Amino acid sequence: MITHFKPSSGAHVGANASVTHIMWQVMLAMMPATAFGLWCFGWPALNLFVITVLSAVIFEAFCLRLAGKIAKPVIMDGSAVLTGWLVAMTLPPWAPWWIGVVGSGIAIVLGKQVYGGLGQNLFNPAMLARIALLISFPIEMTTWANVSPLFFSQSPSLAESWHITFSGLENIDAHTGATTLGFIKTEFSQNHLLTDILKDYSAFLNFIGWSRGSLGETSALLLGLGGVWLIRQKVIQWYIPASLLLTVALLASIFHLIDSQHYVSPLLHLSSGAIMCVAFFVATDYVTSPNTPTGQLVFGTGCGLLIFVIRTWGAYPEGAGFAVLLMNSATPLIDHYIHPRIYGRDRKGKPLEIPKS
Amino acid sequence: MLSFFSKPLIRGGVHAEDHKSLTAELPIVSNFPLPKNLYIPLQQHVGKPAEPVIKVGERVLKGQLLAYSQGMISAPVHAPSSGIIQDVNDYPAPHPSALPIRTIVLETDGLDQWIETQTIEDPFQLTPEDISLRVGAAGIVGLGGATFPTAVKLNMGRENQIETLIINGSECEPYLSCDDRLMQERAMQIIDGVRLMLHGMTNSPEGHLTGKSGIKTGNAVVAIEDNKPLAYKAMQSAAVLYPQIKIIQIPTRYPMGWDRQLIRYVTGKEVPVGCRSSEIGVTIHNVGTAYAVHKAIRHGQPLLNRVVTIAGGAVERPMNVEVPFGTLISELFEFCGVRNDQIARIIMGGPMMGDSLPHTGLPTVKATSGILALTHNELKNAAEQPCIRCASCITVCPAGLRPLDMANNIRINQLDVAVDLGLKDCISCGCCSYICPSNIPLVQYFKYASGEVMARQQAEHKSEQTKRLIDARNARMDRIARQQQDEEQARLAAKAERERLKAEQEALL
Repeated sequence: MITHFKPSSGAHVGANASVTHIMWQVMLAMMPATAFGLWCFGWPALNLFVITVLSAVIFEAFCLRLAGKIAKPVIMDGSAVLTGWLVAMTLPPWAPWWIGVVGSGIAIVLGKQVYGGLGQNLFNPAMLARIALLISFPIEMTTWANVSPLFFSQSPSLAESWHITFSGLENIDAHTGATTLGFIKTEFSQNHLLTDILKDYSAFLNFIGWSRGSLGETSALLLGLGGVWLIRQKVIQWYIPASLLLTVALLASIFHLIDSQHYVSPLLHLSSGAIMCVAFFVATDYVTSPNTPTGQLVFGTGCGLLIFVIRTWGAYPEGAGFAVLLMNSATPLIDHYIHPRIYGRDRKGKPLEIPKS
Repeated sequence: MLSFFSKPLIRGGVHAEDHKSLTAELPIVSNFPLPKNLYIPLQQHVGKPAEPVIKVGERVLKGQLLAYSQGMISAPVHAPSSGIIQDVNDYPAPHPSALPIRTIVLETDGLDQWIETQTIEDPFQLTPEDISLRVGAAGIVGLGGATFPTAVKLNMGRENQIETLIINGSECEPYLSCDDRLMQERAMQIIDGVRLMLHGMTNSPEGHLTGKSGIKTGNAVVAIEDNKPLAYKAMQSAAVLYPQIKIIQIPTRYPMGWDRQLIRYVTGKEVPVGCRSSEIGVTIHNVGTAYAVHKAIRHGQPLLNRVVTIAGGAVERPMNVEVPFGTLISELFEFCGVRNDQIARIIMGGPMMGDSLPHTGLPTVKATSGILALTHNELKNAAEQPCIRCASCITVCPAGLRPLDMANNIRINQLDVAVDLGLKDCISCGCCSYICPSNIPLVQYFKYASGEVMARQQAEHKSEQTKRLIDARNARMDRIARQQQDEEQARLAAKAERERLKAEQEALL
């Protein structure tokens, strides 16, 4: 007779999924866009990326130690690396080192650990960090480096990159400019028409990511491909990205058709700014988005609506971060009202009536 | 396009690796050596335990009644072989707790001598009432695992307007293949059992005359998952003469065999919470039950044994084997060459819904569809991580629950909220635990909470009872005190009266 203790019920076998696996798949999906961004913006971007990810891990370990937990297994789940990675993707590529450190600090400490760690936070940590930085340090957060790929003659060398990252950029005007959305916003304020504003604009270069912008957010093409791969891998579902992008595209089309001189075309909306990154990698965050397909459609539509409104009529050229945070705060409410119907009960939870035959 | 808008017939569910082929390709082994001792629990079914009719030391024959059914919902227990009754006492039950329950111990004599059985030439001459009486007397219960007395279901079938009899041949649990093999090898007998069940649920002519209820049972649907093509073919050729019995293939998806999921898939109807399926005109039985009905009615044999799947990584010769009830799992494991050092967990039933057993010194019972000896590598036993709200548990829940919210509330001991979220509608199918990337044992949470809620209700009931008793006692004490006071006053009054009379008399004198 063999004795086995620890009796337990419920599925004794399991699917091949783990939190770590999910995190790594998301990072793999972000890899092409990040690699392209790092190449486009050279050594300073790489410095900033490494600093941001490393400090995210260090902040996480610090918080866990403070809470009296063993840090290593929690670090190994990859969520801190992912958060640091997402923060880095949203930063201006040549931002100074302390922007990355402060960003990671806000994301990990204020965005995640004060709520109780993984799975407990109300707001997406990376977007919280982005918005906090944007409001606190508007100059650093809107200094956009020109595209200056690695190993090109006019690009900064590794030694120069240390200088840019740690003691700041000299001769700013020669190396920086405005993002597409930022440029359009300032030009609109001077009552210029869209045809004049977009004289030098190339939709193709903007689409593949050859333009000024955040470190990992410029390439709509690679972000989109990574996102579609994630959907195919069943890591995320299509509801949020599709509803978000469709809402923006639909609203932009309507206004663009009404007045093509004052409202940007839907294609430009979709290929500029943070929208692709947000739609596939930020708004789909499990922790801060609703649980049901219908709830996710509502959430995505709300994000899309807010992005369009802020971009078109707001003071900021890009509203994706604000939109996600606002909708994050609505997530508990959405989950409260939209939930699946229990078998044998109606939507209100009352038992079904016996059909009369 | 229309189907896109219609209600989905299957909700939730998972595709688990099925591990069935090892046992599904081998014939049922029926030469299992008769064990020396059989441990036959008196409760192998839902309802009241059976009451023994034998004495210790008595010799019994195979098929002889050992314990009769008590009450409306119960089932009798018969001797699986001939031999001497050794003991009627408490022995460990095949349950995760292995707590003792009343059990008859039968020492077999190796003769396997049958009691006289009654073979019936044409059972369709019997009245439907007689069919369910015989099914009840044979101790037949739902062999899919629910172990609800079959006769009670047949009676409910006659009392309600049943349109469809569903025979559940889905066998959606991984590893198990006992129903599959049974359908492949004994399709004719199963179909015969189905016809007898249909007959047992039709209303007799007298019922029609009294106009009590107009039962129109006449159709049966045998549903088989499409990963069992051989069973499907065998059943189809066995049913070819009977147009009232339809054999259909259903998608392979756990838990298709959940009766209510299957009812919705086959009939499009949903059973309301708190109702029996017969109330919406559907009755569902397992294929093994149909086979048992055939044996009971045609050959007069009570339910004495069943086909059990022995499988898992630690089993050297996995197989489907016909075993008498009361056989200890340790003997089965020995027969199948289970490598004891490799066992990480013993499970009764399938790996999704089955319970793990603490040791192998437990008997097989009517509910035992399989015994699994799983190795460490087959188990899901990584460390529990925090919930990341990925909502895959919501996606896979066939009952439409929100397991993650329920578990979070249970963790902070808010059981009332968990009940409001639908705790009582959980069927413990295990899909949520299976899919959870954070390895949270959700079903364990729910079972704990259900038990705790029940215990709290009982405690509440008890304290109410105590309060009522105290109130009654106080009232009684008050009444007695008042009575005594009244008596005292009456006594005083009488005394005063007496004294007055005495004084008057004295005055007169």
